[in-house]
Amino acid sequence: MAELTISFTLNGERREVRTAAHQTLLALLRDELGAIEVKDGCGEGVCGTCTVLLDGEPVSACLLLAARAAGREVTTVRGLAPVGTLHPLQEAFVAHGAAQCGFCTPGMILTAYAFLRNHRRPARDDIRRAISGNLCRCTGYAKIVDAIEAAAAEAAPASPAAGRG
Amino acid sequence: MPAAPFDYHAPATLADALALLGRLGDDAKVLAGGQSLVPLLTLRLVRPAAVVDIHGLDELRGVRRDGATLEIGALVRHRALEQGEGALASCPLLPEAAALIGNVRVRTMGTIGGSLAHADPAAELPAVVRVLDGVLIARGPEGERAIPASEFFTGLLSTSLRPGELLAAVRLPLPAGRAGYAVEEFTRRAGDFAVVAALAAVELDGAGRTARVRVAIAGAGPVPVRLAAIERALTGIEPAEPAVRAVVRDLRLEVEPDDDVHASADYRRHLTRVLTVRAVVRAAARAPEGAGAWPS
Repeated sequence: MAELTISFTLNGERREVRTAAHQTLLALLRDELGAIEVKDGCGEGVCGTCTVLLDGEPVSACLLLAARAAGREVTTVRGLAPVGTLHPLQEAFVAHGAAQCGFCTPGMILTAYAFLRNHRRPARDDIRRAISGNLCRCTGYAKIVDAIEAAAAEAAPASPAAGRG
Repeated sequence: MPAAPFDYHAPATLADALALLGRLGDDAKVLAGGQSLVPLLTLRLVRPAAVVDIHGLDELRGVRRDGATLEIGALVRHRALEQGEGALASCPLLPEAAALIGNVRVRTMGTIGGSLAHADPAAELPAVVRVLDGVLIARGPEGERAIPASEFFTGLLSTSLRPGELLAAVRLPLPAGRAGYAVEEFTRRAGDFAVVAALAAVELDGAGRTARVRVAIAGAGPVPVRLAAIERALTGIEPAEPAVRAVVRDLRLEVEPDDDVHASADYRRHLTRVLTVRAVVRAAARAPEGAGAWPS
């Protein structure tokens, strides 16, 4: 069986691991590195529960061979804020009741995080489109959109001068 | 389920990749962005002895415009097409079509070459290349081969790439003058493959009548198809909605859709007409006034 040694950064920490060539990043993260915040959902890249950031961009960990993480930065939801604290997006999810069973939440937050980096004050429709690749079977999405909208407003408050031209 | 074990190769140059593919033959599958191949591997629908991962081939990552031709390297990602910066801005059909692909994670990783070589009949990019009369550039043991899009897609998930060949780039001719583009597709859910998609490229003359109309349909047969009879009948008219609808309503469709769980063949034919009208009308409305359609 083909094996290789790879090193990459996981939530800011350098990791060096052996991996089978046919192993996905999802399996490596969950089964060998204990990163069980990355959820194993459909395994086909459709549901979004295994979303991680690869060099800051959202990818499906189930569709990435672990070998392809070599030399890259992998961020899971744990990497968004220092241990023991919450990122404002996570705070907003708590405040708005945007998590029910919680299975979609880590991927949803990472997708929203990557989206908000490039969209300071998105419209609700834009938020809905941005998270359309992350399925939630509990909330009906309304509270998730509320939370993301609130986090965006907190990060980029409307200037008092806005709208005066 | 984990994929069945395979040997893994990550060549650093195109020459190394071609040597590997020549040596491994049918035992190898080429991995680009992995958004189609990896699920096939983990579902064990394919069990190659070896995977040749081409992500390190920087030679296949370039985008350049040479006069009226836009050349896009096979490893250019959907996300870059969607953002449409630099030379990619010269083809406004690309961002519109790429934005409809899968979800943001697919677009982050997926590549234009991967989508074209995978040749899913409902995918957007094969239809883009078809409607723009693109040329696919294969590299193989005998050097470079230029394959017109009309000859590239040969059947369901099948192309005219030969064993040992690698899709290196695609060349898209950019029309001069007043040209507009549009994609219209119907999907069951956000991010799904289209049930049917219609892509239109419309060029207008100085009087605002259609000088050239091209329509490609995805999702209504094993390969993306051009609607030749409708293209001819739509040429030389004023592209207002009632006129376009009247032409499209009665003409023969060159599509042969099947029934499946998503839609009946009849419904796909209906969608083909409806989406064709919408795409052609919108494309014509986007053709800018005066000459010089392409931002330079």
